[in-house]
Amino acid sequence: MASSVLESAAIRQPWNDPRAEPYIRIERVTKCFGEFVAVNDVSLNIYRTELFCLLGGSGCGKTTLLRMLAGFEEPSSGKIFIDGIDMSGIPPYERPVNMMFQSYALFPHMTVEQNVGFGLKMEGKAKSEIADRVANMLKLVSMGEFSKRKPHQLSGGQRQRVALARALIKQPKLLLLDEPLGALDKKLRERTQFELVNLQEKLGVTFVVVTHDQEEAMTLASRIGVMDQGRIVQVGTPKEIYEFPISKFVAEFIGSVNLFEGRLIADEPDHVRIACPELDRPVFVAHGISSAPQAKLWVAIRPEKIQLSLKRPAGDENWTRGIVKEIAYLGDLSVFLILLDSGKTLRVTRPNMWRHDDENITWEQEVYLHWHDTSPVVVSA
Amino acid sequence: MTQHHRQAQPPQGERLSAGVQLMLRALQHLPPYRWTQARLARWGVRGRTAVVALPYLWLLLFFLIPFVIVLKISFSATQLSMPPYQPLLQWTGEKLTSLRLNINPGNYLYLWQDSLYGRAFVNSIQVAAVSTLITLLIGYPLAYAIARSSTKWRGVLMMMVILPFWTSFLLRVYAWIGILKNNGLLNNFLIWAGVIDEPVVMLQTNFAVYMGIVYSYLPFMVMPLYANLEKMDLTLLEAAKDLGCRPMRAFFNITLPLSMPGVVAGCMLVFIPAVGEFVIPSLLGPPDSLMIGKVLWTEFFNNRDWPVASAVAIALLIFLVVPIVYFQRAQARTAQAGQA
Ligand SMILES: Nc1ncnc2c1ncn2[C@@H]1O[C@H](COP(=O)(O)OP(=O)(O)OP(=O)(O)O)[C@@H](O)[C@H]1O
Ligand SMILES: [Mg+2]
Repeated sequence: MASSVLESAAIRQPWNDPRAEPYIRIERVTKCFGEFVAVNDVSLNIYRTELFCLLGGSGCGKTTLLRMLAGFEEPSSGKIFIDGIDMSGIPPYERPVNMMFQSYALFPHMTVEQNVGFGLKMEGKAKSEIADRVANMLKLVSMGEFSKRKPHQLSGGQRQRVALARALIKQPKLLLLDEPLGALDKKLRERTQFELVNLQEKLGVTFVVVTHDQEEAMTLASRIGVMDQGRIVQVGTPKEIYEFPISKFVAEFIGSVNLFEGRLIADEPDHVRIACPELDRPVFVAHGISSAPQAKLWVAIRPEKIQLSLKRPAGDENWTRGIVKEIAYLGDLSVFLILLDSGKTLRVTRPNMWRHDDENITWEQEVYLHWHDTSPVVVSA
Repeated sequence: MTQHHRQAQPPQGERLSAGVQLMLRALQHLPPYRWTQARLARWGVRGRTAVVALPYLWLLLFFLIPFVIVLKISFSATQLSMPPYQPLLQWTGEKLTSLRLNINPGNYLYLWQDSLYGRAFVNSIQVAAVSTLITLLIGYPLAYAIARSSTKWRGVLMMMVILPFWTSFLLRVYAWIGILKNNGLLNNFLIWAGVIDEPVVMLQTNFAVYMGIVYSYLPFMVMPLYANLEKMDLTLLEAAKDLGCRPMRAFFNITLPLSMPGVVAGCMLVFIPAVGEFVIPSLLGPPDSLMIGKVLWTEFFNNRDWPVASAVAIALLIFLVVPIVYFQRAQARTAQAGQA
């Protein structure tokens, strides 16, 4: 019984299973363009049927890494294995990989049907088989009625589906998607995100998705690899990345966060205590950390993990005091900007659970802020 | 009075340099300017309309009016006088009813009946078509190589293609005589290299005509092709490769169809002037070569038969306008499909 539970956990989280064989193995890959290092010593394992998101700011090397997987660029050093096979020197047209381009790259002189069927035509499949499979694929992305149109007669969202269908028709084991939803508006984007996840589960294809939108990465991914200046700085599930960022960069990149510089004053295996000059009381963190003593540290607390009250909290830790400077009502929640005595401004969010708030907090009011001792995360610079 | 001036000043005036503004203001004081502007304004003509109308005015002055004149001459009869043709409208008497319209379709009938013109047409078309094809076969790889070379080199290479234009066309064709004649550069070289023992007759052959046309018109082929190939989206080729397409197939499936507008434009630019080409066949071709350009020249200057010469010109024009219109339509269609 216990073993079967473990088993299913291993299937859902193959990255935690030491026996699992990664589908893509990226080993110490570096890519230089002249002097410029676009991808810097990246090592990464991606498992079968994962939906892996590469997340990072503009110019951090996401597209370059993806293009090396597709075979459009050769690594300057390091190796890429797909399904155990070394990919060095193998041209794109011989890789078991398909890519959906950032710009969609639909062939303008071909109809939707011809675009989608192109990959099969290149394989030399029979006309009737191509027609069948194209029709099925177009139905899957609900584009059946547009099969005779040219790309320029389609909307952005429709083009995106055609590009997806074209990349999927060869039933690749690995699909690379470069900012697949970049051109869509917010509503359509959210809908397509869920469609993409459904499709991925239905077809059992491994997806590697590039995005610079952290919300999109959170929605889509089984795991996220956060990139910064050509390096992978953290790999983990969306929850791990959000709740336990390992560096200031990751904490700031994913969601919003309040950061306080500080130093260790007590370092125990099960808890630490940190003094932050910007807070008038020390921060107690209910988990140990691995850090050199005296090292510069940052305490990160997410805005939704800070509570506001008009009453002074008990105890002498994990709270502070400030003045409400700004309130933004966003419907589902409200954002408060609170100025501390030290001059630091904190961001606090509160869900609007009730129409009438009995604790009516308004502008220029003095409030107490407190948080649970499991809420703060200690990150390095 | 001053109020009026301010109104009369065009709104673009602010953006023009001070000197031009001064001149404009001086112009506006002249009565003809104000008169013209008032007239035009009454018909609803503004500066913007004038800008649009300018190309039409150009076409009217330098195409339509000459065309109508040539058309008119082509329907009149020859006579020994100056100008050497009868006027279309003629007063035979004093009265109004004695106005005679001399329409003479005989020139066209003559073109049709004398097989010389038909053969000259067919021959010209054939020479032009073959030269266009050869130019395309040379020009396409050339344009492709330039368009795919590094940005640093493109400008230099294109410059080299265009460079011959800086010397006179006539001079370049004469230079080919020096190259192709029996004791010319090429024959001497081939004999020196031991490829041939005796000079090969190349000048005054059709080969020389093809050579001359291909050489002279190559830039007209390369330029539109280069412009087309250079702006092609290379991710399309990557997408094709990604879908299992080898580079050679990708060229025939993607690059070639997408460059069709360039191919059509280049072929038109070579074919049309090549059909009416006069200088190259006269200087390099066989003396008895039947090219429509040469026939036109002979009719006009040697026979002084302006009406027949005009009829030849009109027939040639109509013959060439039909494919132009057709191809332009086709090109517009592909261009429309090309914008993604
Ligand atoms: N062919 C190239 N030659 C030189 N530099 C390049 C080349 N391709 C990419 N770079 C550089 O490498 C860096 C990473 O580029 P890349 O396209 O991978 O960024 P990205 O993470 O995809 O960014 P974005 O989110 O803006 O798409 C950039 O600074 C870019 O200028
Ligand atoms: Mg990119």
